Amino acid sequence: MGLAKRIIPCLDVTNGRVVKGVNFIALRDAGDPIEIARRYDEQGADELTFLDITASSDNRGLILRIIEEVAAQVFIPLTVGGGVREVEDVRRLLNAGADKVSINTSAVQNPQLVGDAASRYGSQCIVVAIDAKRVRNADDTLQWKVFTHGGRKETGLDAIEWAKKMQLLGAGEILLTSMDKDGTRDGFDLALTRAVSDAVDIPVIASGGVGTLHHLAEGVLQGHADAVLAASIFHYGEYTIRQAKAYMAQHGIEVRL
Amino acid sequence: MTDIAIVDYGMGNLRSVSKALEHVAPAASITVTDDPEVVRKAGRVVVPGQGAMPDCLHELDARGLRGAVMEAATGKPFLGICIGLQMLFESSEEGDVEGLGIVPGNVLRFPSTAIMNANGQKLKVPHMGWNQVHQTIEHPLWKGIPNDARFYFVHSYYVETATPGPAAAYSLYPFPFTCAVARDNIFAVQFHPEKSHEAGLTLLRNFVRWEPVSAT
Repeated sequence: MGLAKRIIPCLDVTNGRVVKGVNFIALRDAGDPIEIARRYDEQGADELTFLDITASSDNRGLILRIIEEVAAQVFIPLTVGGGVREVEDVRRLLNAGADKVSINTSAVQNPQLVGDAASRYGSQCIVVAIDAKRVRNADDTLQWKVFTHGGRKETGLDAIEWAKKMQLLGAGEILLTSMDKDGTRDGFDLALTRAVSDAVDIPVIASGGVGTLHHLAEGVLQGHADAVLAASIFHYGEYTIRQAKAYMAQHGIEVRL
Repeated sequence: MTDIAIVDYGMGNLRSVSKALEHVAPAASITVTDDPEVVRKAGRVVVPGQGAMPDCLHELDARGLRGAVMEAATGKPFLGICIGLQMLFESSEEGDVEGLGIVPGNVLRFPSTAIMNANGQKLKVPHMGWNQVHQTIEHPLWKGIPNDARFYFVHSYYVETATPGPAAAYSLYPFPFTCAVARDNIFAVQFHPEKSHEAGLTLLRNFVRWEPVSAT
């Protein structure tokens, strides 16, 4: 008896549709966000994460309308990220019905945004998303570095140090995506997940690379993740959330069944 | 007249609470309000809350809502959620502030380091996610909710009642802590029923129908 590890389906949304790409290219349509959210809710998802991957700002209003509609029907926590640049963006998303707001690129450009948002709305609703990639330094050592702008821009920041700094500034949770693994379907970067999770006191969500149910269990057991996030294995009906939870429970992981 | 007033003291997101109440009580008049008079006239009062308790109390006073909340807590069906539970207590370690003093006891912080589960894995703070709620009393608000059902939590501080009397449920993280209190017309919970799927909606439905016997 105790706290359950969470399974979080992730919905990448653009132009009002859920899509899934491999390394941000070749986007494939996966359906209507409200329908998909309702289906995952029925299957027992512990939370839902929406990432607004709309490139232009023209369609930003769409995500607010989607969140409003989902929040009126789905009574589990909703996290929304993508394009959050100022405290006002956080307020708008919370007012639309988001419970947590995820900040990625803007946290690097303006770390104080994380501090300001956390002190205004509380750490519990501020998630910092970190896209990390293994890079080889000039002296041949390996390190995980933080990337921004959907993985296109290297920041030079060390991912583990960055996670610790975000915790200090007031982040309530870390959404950690391995860029090396994202879209590969061969499992989380377990070493990265474990290194970050052990370095911070706040919960860490593992993301990037899930292709089988065993990968989800590994994320918790070996990666020390507090929650696991996946998209494509759920979107295309390969597995239900319920199957994923049953598998994790069989492997001794406490889940909400 | 407002059937249910959700007290808005400017902290955090009250939309989730109002949407969930609208879902379970579509015919009720539900108002999110910072007007003490609306709170005074409402049939039922919900005090949600997110963020830091010192800020919450400060904003409550800045809006002149303290009196109306105190009256509601002694007179009509009252539901506190998260900080809405914590502020009923005498004092909090968070910012070292005094609470409303309605329930004897204090608000303490989970130790930030070295809390471990049975497998020796570090437990994170905030306590975030779905935990089991072990009901220790019978109560109309627990009706139809299986004992040990999971609810959604997100908090770094927990309440400790001075006497076991008002405790209505506990959870483990990793030690038992009180996650619900009940007394007369007051029911207050640490978890978020508005985000706790069927179990949470059942609790809210029970609250909307609740007629406390001894509201003094």
